[in-house]
Formats: sequence, structure tokens, C-alpha cells
Amino acid sequence: MSEQAGKSGEIDFSAYPDASGHFGPYGGRFVSETLIGALDELREMYNRLKDDPEFVAAFDYDLAHYVGRPSPLYLAERLTEKAGGARIWLKREDLNHTGAHKVNNTVGQALLAKHSGKSRVIAETGAGQHGVATATVAARLGLKCAVYMGAEDVKRQSPNVYRMKLLGAEVIPVESGSKTLKDAMNEAMRDWVTNVDDTFYIIGTVAGPHPYPQLVRDFNSVIGREARRQSLEEFGQLPDALVACVGGGSNAIGLFHPFLNDSDVKMYGVEAGGEGLATGKHAAPLNDGVPGILHGNRTYLMEDDDGQIIETHSVSAGLDYPGVGPEHAWLKDIGRVEYVTADDKEALDAFRTLTRSEGIIPALESSHAVAYGLKLAATMSPEQNIVVNLSGRGDKDIFTVAAIDGIEV
Amino acid sequence: MSQEQENRIDRRFAKLRAEGRKALVTYIVAGDGGLENTVPLMHQLVASGSDLIELGVPFSDPMAEGPVIQKGHERALAHKASLRKCLEMVAEFRRDDGETPVILMGYANPIEKMGAEPFVDAALEAGVDGALTVDLPAEEAGPLNELLAAHNLRNIFLLTPTTSEERIESITGLASGFVYYVSLKGVTGAGHLDLDSVRDNLARIRRHTALPLCVGFGIKDGASAKAVSAHGDGAVVGSVLVSAIGEATDAEAARQRVAALVGEMRGALDS
Repeated sequence: MSEQAGKSGEIDFSAYPDASGHFGPYGGRFVSETLIGALDELREMYNRLKDDPEFVAAFDYDLAHYVGRPSPLYLAERLTEKAGGARIWLKREDLNHTGAHKVNNTVGQALLAKHSGKSRVIAETGAGQHGVATATVAARLGLKCAVYMGAEDVKRQSPNVYRMKLLGAEVIPVESGSKTLKDAMNEAMRDWVTNVDDTFYIIGTVAGPHPYPQLVRDFNSVIGREARRQSLEEFGQLPDALVACVGGGSNAIGLFHPFLNDSDVKMYGVEAGGEGLATGKHAAPLNDGVPGILHGNRTYLMEDDDGQIIETHSVSAGLDYPGVGPEHAWLKDIGRVEYVTADDKEALDAFRTLTRSEGIIPALESSHAVAYGLKLAATMSPEQNIVVNLSGRGDKDIFTVAAIDGIEV
Repeated sequence: MSQEQENRIDRRFAKLRAEGRKALVTYIVAGDGGLENTVPLMHQLVASGSDLIELGVPFSDPMAEGPVIQKGHERALAHKASLRKCLEMVAEFRRDDGETPVILMGYANPIEKMGAEPFVDAALEAGVDGALTVDLPAEEAGPLNELLAAHNLRNIFLLTPTTSEERIESITGLASGFVYYVSLKGVTGAGHLDLDSVRDNLARIRRHTALPLCVGFGIKDGASAKAVSAHGDGAVVGSVLVSAIGEATDAEAARQRVAALVGEMRGALDS
């Protein structure tokens, strides 16, 4: 029933979330009363500013002159040849300042932080990309910056830790729980509730309590708006399919959202299959999880029989998260987006294939999207078009790949 | 909200009020210090002067807790504690104590996993008297709230220094049993008490509700318990007890330390 509704265009996707921050049964504000005041304040400020011409102009200016947008839509001819089907176009978010789509959101939230008059920003980070993007905008605006990062991730991602420190941020290793991204998010929330008077929390993905899933989506939707316009310019029609990787899901929702009402455009979100869905060692809550409540929203989660959140696995640290944005949970249930997986090996193969065929080294996260894009293209015809979101560049991952290859860099 | 039927929480506060005493509410994490040691600890809390027990349900991601109680959750999970185990502990506690109210304090996901209806049925069966679900604020609490009320179980809500007048009105409309006032910004176990702010905010809340008002967060000893409860109906103490349990070398040491801490606070409250 719901699949019909999505595809026949009966839902106006631009009307979500509803006033209380829900996407169908998902989303909401599942936080302690201690945070409600701060979330109310943020929601009111965002509602006031999001259509304010001056705010929009400032955001657009920063995207053009600081981030370097628009990012190109690039026809990957040799990759297309390899797949032997539909034409594969890459949306080049890897060419943004700081090397990924994450900066679209941090530039936007930094403008909100400035408006709020708060002097300090905090962030959580997994692989360090969002931490770097936050430290970057904090340096530019002269704001104090603290980044929470799981102690395990601090060890694994030392180049990004140093980058954040160079930018003037304090990197705080989180020793609680599993010492990874989810624990960093818990700790950032605790900091926020304690220092709410002078601190703005810049969440890095489309999860968390309302209004974060909405505002992070809105700031990243520049990806889809550009891709839509560029598709019409480059090949005179909308793409037949969109493909993006999904951890928390910010790059995917950024690409998908401006196309959701175009019912002929198919969409595929690619979760991290890790060592394979059957092994349980993965980070694919939409494929192998259940609805639950974590980090302020109801969404699909990886959890055990007692409702405890379990550890995830992926070769890509940026996808290594047991939850997913609530809008994705809803888009899955109503059938508007299909959620699939690419496992570690498929992602690594795609990493190498794209590097050798196009001279573009993709982030391991984005490699999951490339892997599925290659498979999908092979099932389609040469006059069809697929847009794959190349959400980040792979410079940060060369040590991981080298280690897998047994090479010391 | 219908409260024709009494429950242990109501009876306890009525009794305290009649005696002119303040409530001492004590919090420990179920399973912290070993699964088999929680029920004896609960009895010790009562013997040392606790009026109500908040039994913490361990969760992998206790977002609103400071480092001390987080570690308590981690230790309890290492002992394989769970919501199911908590309910078993309450049932065991009830065999020897039919009077002391027990409130389950925890996070929404373990309840979501069990299902709200099975949870409320099991809680009633075990002898639980109320629930405080930290990450279920008023606007998300509706369905669970109705089920709790239908089973004559109380739903305890948090109010904070930043809760607006409008929210106080709507939350106290849903709340039952008592209201838990969080005395400071931050997580459990943090910071220093601002007694003037506690007094002013309790007066503000008192205009909206006749429910007992208990104050928690930042209460470390008898003196601070007495100071905050002067303006309300009781004090909630958690982090110092969880810290003592964490530092104890064995169950007997934990029991003695908890007995001393609670006894000291009881004495101060009654002095």
C-alpha cells in the first residue's frame, strides 16, 4: 500500500518532518527533559532563519566561495564501459573543501551558531571527517571547538586527529562504552546539556533529536538540487537512478531529497555489509536491524534481544554506526528508496576499480555506493543514466587500504 | 489523571507527610556489583532509611548520566543485567518487602524492545510501582503513560531549571506519584547546587501541581540532602551510592558503605 503511495506521488516529501519532528513513526525527540529547552531554542531559530533571504544568501555565498560549489557531475566513461550498461555519472562531493560532503552541513550550522551568539561549538566524529569539517568552520569564525571521538577511532585515524588539532580544536578521546562513534555522540550530548549556555552542538549526520535530521538534510540538499539541474543540462532529463552510501545517511538524503517527489527516479541507499549480512558483523540496520530508540530518535537500530545497542563492523569508519537517520527508516518502510548492502570486499574492489579506471581515489564510504552503482548499471541499458554520489575522497583511507594489502606506508 | 486507586508511592508520601518527614529516594543500578547482590542491597537501603528505591535499568548508551553512573551501567551489563533481570529482582525483593515503593529508572529502548504492553504487565506482576524513562519526554510518552495509568502504575517525570512554564503545566498534567526536579544543568553527579535556584524553581512548580516534589542531581551527603529538601518533599541520591558500589572490593564492603552513606543522610533529613 505504502509503496504505491510513494511511487504514485501522493506523498509530498517536502512536507516532512511534521511539526513534532516525525517522519511517519520515526524521528521525534527522545531526550532527557534537560535538553528540551536547547532543542526548542534551536528549532525556533532554524524555523526563523531557513527561509530568511539574508541567511540563505550567506549560506549560498559560503558554499560557492569557501566550499567551492557547485561540485561537478562527471560522466565516468571508463567506469561505464566496465559496467557495460547504463551511463554512470559521479557527483563529485570529493572535490569540496575538506574532501567530503560533510562541510555543506558544518558551514550551515556554523551560520546558525553565529546567529545564536554562542562562543563554542562541539561535534562528535567517527572517522574524523565531520570533526575536521567542524574544526575548519570553527577556525574560520574564531569559535572555540571541542570534538568528541571514540578512543578506538583516535588510534585508528591519527591523521585526522592531527588535522583537527592543527585547526585549533581540542580532540577529546571517549573511553566509555564501545569507544566508537555512538559513544562520542553520547559524550557530546552530555557536554551540550552541561554547557548549553555558551555551546552550539554541530551534529554531523541526519540522526539525533528533531530538528537535527531536518536541518542536516536541508544543508546537504544542495547536492541533489545541483545534481537535478546538472542532469537536465548534461543529458536533458532526470536520472533513472540515484545511488549513495548510508551510514547515518547525510550524503544520501542530501542527494535523494530534491528528487523524492519525482516518482520515476529510483533510489538506492547502500549500507555497509561488513563481513556479510549473514555473519552479523556489519553496519546495516535498515537491512538487518529493528526499529528502536537511540540518540534522540526512533529509527532502525542494531541491537540485541534486551534492547542493548551492539557493536557494528565496517572497513569504512564513517559507516560504522548502529543507527540510521529516521527519514531513511521511513523511506524504507514506504518503499520509496531501496536499501541494499555492499560488503567490505565489494567496497575495496570498487575503490581500486574507480582509482584505476578514472584516476579518482574515493573514500571507502563512497566506495560502497560505487560498488552497487557498478552492479546496477550492468542491469540497465546504455541510454539510461545513474548518478552515484561520490561523497568523499580517499586520501584519509590510504593507510587502511595499505594495511589490508600488507604494505607499510 | 485517574488516581482513585492508591499505590505504594502514594501511601509512602502520605505517611511521610503525616509524620512531617522528608523522603529519601535512593538510586542504584540493577546488577551493579553482581546480579545476586542487588536484592540484598535494596533491603539494606531500606534498613538504613531509604523511603523509595529507584532501580536503574542498565542500558548500553545512558546518554543523560555522568561518568559515575555510566560506569555503573557498564559494570551491570558486564554481569549480564537486563530489563528482564530487573523485573526478576523486584519480584524477589517483594517477597520480603511489601511496602517500600520501587521505581524503574531507565531508557526507552529496552522497554521498546520488550514492548510497552508486556513491560507494563510484567512490571505490575513483579511489584513495581512506577517508571521514570529518562529519554521519554512528555510529548513522546503518551502511549506508555496511558498503559501505566491503566495498570495503576505511576509515571515519574523530570523537570529542570530550563523547563518553561507551559511545559511545567503540561508535564505535571501527565505526571503521577511524584515529580523529580533536576537541580542543575548537566548530567547526573555533576556540579554544585544553587540552593536559591532550587527554592525558586520548586515554588514555580508548586503553583502547577500538588504532587510531592523531590530534588536530585548534585546531592552528595546529608547536608546537601537536607538543604534541597527544605524546599520540597524529598531528596534523590544516586551517584555517591553508585560510586561506593563501584569502589567496594566485595559485596559486603559495598553493603557497609551504602549503609553508612544512607544512614548519614537519613539522620540529617530527620534532624
